[in-house]
Amino acid sequence: MSSLLNTRIGFFLAVRQIKRSSKWTTGLIVAVMILTSLNLIVVSGILVGLIQGAIDAVRTHYTSDVIISTLNNKTYIENTPEIMNILRGLPGIETVAPRYLKGATLEANYKTRVKDTDKPNTAGGNIAGIDPIAEDKVTDLSRFVVEGSYLEPGDYDQILVGSYLIKKYQPFESPGFTALNDVEPGTKIRIMVGDVEREVTVKGIIKSKVDEVSFRSFMVDSQFRSMIGRGDYNASEIAIKLKPGADPETVRDALLRNGVGTVAKVQTYADAQPKFIKDLVATFALLGNMISSIGLVVASITIFIVIFINAITRRKFIGILKGIGVNGKAIEISYVFQSIFYAVIGSVIGVALVYLVIQPFFAAHPINFPFSDGILVAPFGGTMARTGLLVFTTIVAGYIPARMIVRKNTLDSILGRK
Amino acid sequence: MIQTKNLKKSFQNGATTTEILKGIDFNAERGEFIAIMGRSGAGKSTFMYQISLLDEPTSGEITINGGHIAANMSNDEKTAFRLMRLGYVFQDYALIPELTALENVALPLLMQDMTKKQAYKKAEEALKRVGLATHMDQLPSQLSGGEQQRVSISRAIAHKPDILFADEPTANLDNESSKVIMGIFKELHKAGQTIIMVTHEPEYGKMAEKIVHLDDGRIVSITKN
Repeated sequence: MSSLLNTRIGFFLAVRQIKRSSKWTTGLIVAVMILTSLNLIVVSGILVGLIQGAIDAVRTHYTSDVIISTLNNKTYIENTPEIMNILRGLPGIETVAPRYLKGATLEANYKTRVKDTDKPNTAGGNIAGIDPIAEDKVTDLSRFVVEGSYLEPGDYDQILVGSYLIKKYQPFESPGFTALNDVEPGTKIRIMVGDVEREVTVKGIIKSKVDEVSFRSFMVDSQFRSMIGRGDYNASEIAIKLKPGADPETVRDALLRNGVGTVAKVQTYADAQPKFIKDLVATFALLGNMISSIGLVVASITIFIVIFINAITRRKFIGILKGIGVNGKAIEISYVFQSIFYAVIGSVIGVALVYLVIQPFFAAHPINFPFSDGILVAPFGGTMARTGLLVFTTIVAGYIPARMIVRKNTLDSILGRK
Repeated sequence: MIQTKNLKKSFQNGATTTEILKGIDFNAERGEFIAIMGRSGAGKSTFMYQISLLDEPTSGEITINGGHIAANMSNDEKTAFRLMRLGYVFQDYALIPELTALENVALPLLMQDMTKKQAYKKAEEALKRVGLATHMDQLPSQLSGGEQQRVSISRAIAHKPDILFADEPTANLDNESSKVIMGIFKELHKAGQTIIMVTHEPEYGKMAEKIVHLDDGRIVSITKN
């Protein structure tokens, strides 16, 4: 008997078995397949999304698409005004936000210190001098003001303090790391930047899931530049936001071709990722795959049991089919077709649920992890590969029991003999 | 048409060997209607399974249509031979529950590589022959016992087999249905069909041309009617 004929007959039998079997049983099997499909895609997707959410947050709220920063042996970016001119001439750039950074000590409650020998309430960290409007356009910084209000270009002696520098927002106790007590919007604090000391008012408190942002304080650049002696307008960082569709690598390469690389570090958001982040993504992806594999094994066993029970309870009819001349291969193929049906229907529904419901839901309502907004990462290629694996595994899981039963002696099957 | 020489069949049960058929020489000519009869445990069904190629004899020869020696055939060859040249009517109808009457009859024809149109046409004709033209789209669960057995007969004869084997075809039927079934067999025989039927009912055995009596795994007599 030709393979094509066996396939035809197998299909003929499978269609009728599926059509005329119990709708409840079919529904349950398909439900198992949907859940397995979701397990394969969503578990791994959430684990990777956990880290991806953090990576996306760093890109969106800190480095932006491309970041120019100080060379390791320098304290500022030389020729910043020239670089700004180059940036204005490059296509694909939407906004830029230069930042002036300097390490500072912030001191609170200095007015209420009783003795000079009492330990001052200080915290150390970088202060960033920013153009509030440009910074907000690039990184959406105003969104992270949890108390008080955001800076305005005309503000003077006003500061936004990062939440990690304030005791009540500090998520950890660490020896050697101090934070400010009793600081809220309106509180006066003293900042010491190099030799410059200044009393400023806390205008707001910034709390972000991006650590680099929560550890910083922010002042209006015009005042901060004069405090740190940056009258030459040479910045410490320039965050560059690109227009939709623009390629960060193209912009980076253009800047390097313009010689910016000789005076500063030019990196895309991906270049700026520390290696451990990349390792974390790979590790979480592996973890996700391992957990999903368990679901795959469970689904395979389920299909094996379903097909096995189906075949063993129909052993007599399988014997009759063979008795009247239907090739055993055709019968095996009919079970393979049934397995394919369950796997494909379950997978199609599962994939549709992921892309039409679950992924949009997580995009709109990310999971609120302490260090990131967890999203669902489900690249289409990866999803198709997982779906293919599910279908293949289901086919094997359906074929094996079918073959076991079909191979039994024809007459023994007809007569119900063991 | 079909011949056996010293056909033996025994079963092994642990250390015990039970001989069911003890050397049967049998001959059926084309167009004959033969009933195989005997008391329970005589070996009737076992003999039928050997000559219908559903089972493998322990020893002996089975020759079908002169040229075919059944012992030399592979399982696939036997399956193909059963499909093309033999027909079966089982005691309990043996219809596939998810297939309609028409589909049950058409299935072996599809397996012979006919197109769906050809197979369904022949199946329709076979069902008409047994008076089930109006029941083609019904599932076995929607048919009575007698109707199911008639579908089973249609399936067995649709491809015009060389030999039709029937194993206790009336065992699960009431009197009336049994008479209908036997009437169909008589008509088929009249039309030239070779039929070998196992039965324990003397009144149906008498409808055959020849009765082969088995007892204790041997042919004890052959009676012509």
